[in-house]
Amino acid sequence: MTRQNIFDQYTAKTSPIHRLSPIVKVVVAVLFIFSNTLLPDGAWLSFALSGGIILTLTLLAKLEWHYTLKRSLIVLPFALAGISALFSLPGKTLAIWHIGSLELILTDAGLLRFESILVRSWLSVQIAILLVATTTFPDLIHALEHLRLPKMLVTVVAFLYRYMTVLSDEALRLLRARQSRSALLPNPPHSDDFSRPALGKLRTKVLTTKTRGGGSLLWRARTAGNMVGQLFLRSYERSDRIYHAMLSRGYSGHLRTLNPHSMESRDWLLIVLAFIFIALLQLFAHIS
Amino acid sequence: MPITHSSPTTPPALPAESTVISIKDLDFSYPDGHIALQSISLSIKEGEKIALVGPNGAGKSTLMLHLNGILSGRGDLEVGLLPLNKQNLPVIRSLVGLVFQNPDDQLFSPTVFEDVAFGPLHMGLSEDEVYARVEAALAQVDMRGFENRLSHHLSTGQKKRIAIATVLSMHPQILVLDEPSAGLDPRARRGLIELLRELPLTMLVSTHDLRMAKELFPRMVIMDEGKIVADGETGVLLKDEGLLEKHGLEGV
Repeated sequence: MTRQNIFDQYTAKTSPIHRLSPIVKVVVAVLFIFSNTLLPDGAWLSFALSGGIILTLTLLAKLEWHYTLKRSLIVLPFALAGISALFSLPGKTLAIWHIGSLELILTDAGLLRFESILVRSWLSVQIAILLVATTTFPDLIHALEHLRLPKMLVTVVAFLYRYMTVLSDEALRLLRARQSRSALLPNPPHSDDFSRPALGKLRTKVLTTKTRGGGSLLWRARTAGNMVGQLFLRSYERSDRIYHAMLSRGYSGHLRTLNPHSMESRDWLLIVLAFIFIALLQLFAHIS
Repeated sequence: MPITHSSPTTPPALPAESTVISIKDLDFSYPDGHIALQSISLSIKEGEKIALVGPNGAGKSTLMLHLNGILSGRGDLEVGLLPLNKQNLPVIRSLVGLVFQNPDDQLFSPTVFEDVAFGPLHMGLSEDEVYARVEAALAQVDMRGFENRLSHHLSTGQKKRIAIATVLSMHPQILVLDEPSAGLDPRARRGLIELLRELPLTMLVSTHDLRMAKELFPRMVIMDEGKIVADGETGVLLKDEGLLEKHGLEGV
C-alpha cells in the first residue's frame, strides 16, 4: 500500500535548479519569503517582479510555466485570515455593510492591505512549492541539518516523513475495519416478513429506509474516538519498537549523520548574488 | 565540515569453532509480572544455523531482545566471550545483528542509504568506510543501486532485504532474525531463503515456517511458555510428531 504522500512533490528532472545545492535553495527561498513580507502595500511593480522571478525559476527548472500557480491555489483559502484587514484600516469609505448590529466599513486602505497580503502569501507559497518540486525531501532534511536547525527538530521531521504513509495506512485499515462491521440488518426487525430475506426486497429496503448502518451519531462519535485512541496506542508501541531497532544498531542518544552536501565557493556566490538582488528589489519597492 | 567520531567500536577477533553466544539460566518477567523466560540455557557456536520455533507468546522475540541487551533478565549472557554489561554493550550490539520482524520498524530513515549507514555511523567508522560498507551490504542482499530509494516506496520483500542489509553493514558475528519469511509471497520467500543460504554467517532465526527451517537450519530449538522444550537436529525433531503437536506445531 504505497501511495503518494503530501511530502512527495518532487518532480525528477535534470535542470540547473535541480542541480543546485539544497542548502542554497533553502536559504534563497527563505530570503525570498522574507523579501515578500517586507514589500510595502501596493508595490505592484515589485510584486510583479517577484512573480517574474518565480516564473523564470520555474522555466529554468524545466517545469510548466503554470506549475506553481496551479498548486498554490489550494492554500489561498488560508489568506482569508487577512480578511479583517479590509475593515480595520482608516481611509476613504468604499462600502458599508450591516450584519445585525455590526457595522462593517470597507476602506480603500483596507482593500489595498488585503490585496497586498493576498499577493505576498501567494508569492511565498509559490517559492515553497518550487523548492519542494526541485529538491528531494531527504535533501531538504540534510539542508536543514547543515543550516544548524536543532537536531531534534530535524529528526522529528525526518521521522514524520518516513512514517506518514505507515500511519495513514494504519488509519485506513482501521476505517475499513469499522466500515466492514457497520452493517445494516438484512431484514430490519420492524419488517413484517422475517423469514424471507429475498435480495430484491433487501435492496428496496436499504434504499427506502433512512436508517444508516453504524448506529446513532453519538455511537459513531464514540467509535471515532476509540479509533483515534487506537491509532495513538499503535504509534506509541511502534515508537518503542523503532527505538529498540535504533539501539540495536548502536544508537546511544546522539544522532550522527554523514555530510553529503558541502558548500562550494560557487554556492556562496549564488547566495550572495541572491541577497544583493533581493536587497535591490526592496530598495526599488520602498523608494518608488 | 566533516564530523569526527570518537573511539570506533571494534569487536575482538574470535577463534574459529568458538562459542558466539552462551546463555545460562536466563529468567525474565515483564513489569506486569508476566513470566516470559524461564531458566533458558543455550549456546551457539560459530557457523551454526539455528531455527527458533514455537507458538506465539512462547518467548522467542523476548529471548532475541536479550541477545543484544535491549532487555536484560537475571542470568548469565555472554556474546563473543564478552559478558553482557554496560561497558560491553556497544561492542555487543555490533556483534549481534538483530533484524526485527516488521521492516517498517527496522527501516526508520527516509532513504535506504541512511538506514544501511546508520549502524556503521554509530559504530564510529570513518566516512569512507561507511560508504564502502553500505555498498557491500547492499550488494550482499542483491539490492545494488537502491541507495537513494525512499524506504516507504519499497515492496515488503525489498524492505526485508534492506532490513537485513542494515545489520550486515555492521559486520556482525551472528545474525538474529525475527520471522523473516512472515508476510512474504512465495517468490519473495524463495528469494529470501536463497539469500539466507548464501550468507556465510552464524544465524539464529525465529520462524513459524517449518519448511524453511528444514531447508536451511540444521539445528532447531523449540520454545513454549518461556522455556526451551527441545534442542536438537532439525530433521530428528521434525519427525517427532508427538513433540510437535504438544507445542502447537505442524510437521512438514
